[in-house]
Amino acid sequence: MTVRVQTEDFDVGQEMLGLRQKNPKVGAVASFVGVVRDLNDGDDVSSLTLEHYPGMTERSLEDIVSQAKGRWDIYDALIIHRVGTLLPLDQIVLVLVTGAHRGESFKACEFLMDYLKTRAPFWKKEQTSSGDRWVEARESDKSAAMRWENTRDD
Amino acid sequence: MRIKVLFFAKLREVFETNQVDISFTGSDNKVSDVLMVLREKGGVWKDELNENKSFRIALNQEMVTKDAMLNEGDEIALFPPVTGG
Repeated sequence: MTVRVQTEDFDVGQEMLGLRQKNPKVGAVASFVGVVRDLNDGDDVSSLTLEHYPGMTERSLEDIVSQAKGRWDIYDALIIHRVGTLLPLDQIVLVLVTGAHRGESFKACEFLMDYLKTRAPFWKKEQTSSGDRWVEARESDKSAAMRWENTRDD
Repeated sequence: MRIKVLFFAKLREVFETNQVDISFTGSDNKVSDVLMVLREKGGVWKDELNENKSFRIALNQEMVTKDAMLNEGDEIALFPPVTGG
């Protein structure tokens, strides 16, 4: 399965092995792991709650993966995103991409994260020392996603 | 025509509900008509769904604009800009 939304943690090594082990043509595995920080916008974060839109979340992630496969010469990709309550140091998201060489794999991995952050229906709520608050979307995430619209695949 | 409207994250909290069902007597309605019906409830509905607010709209789980046409049984979702990852 290319996309998983789950409350449980994930094992990066195991997932990486699972994605590449049956394909001897894989020469590169690019990965990204997002982790919960204990600080955001100057406040201590004690925990994070992730909400999502079941159904649309999986569809949008699958769509992002198929776009990446269409743009770069990669073999496979995997996205795991956790939901529910998470604590600082917890892993939130995993993106893995396998390919023949690192260049295409790195690009596809970064593209997947940038698109995920602006298109997949997840919302974070932080529990902080000054109360609970919904995380606001960042302009920098929007710009990061936009640059893929302006560059053709190279 | 019956339409299901879902709310997520901050909008779900502010509206104190995760779903509203809306019926139209005609058949050529758009997402903007749903927004108009919701705004007419006044208070937080009028505030949060105001034109200058940056909420997002999904129709049958695909992102759309308020000009999208509706069909019987459609599912609309209204939510703030996403913050996953």
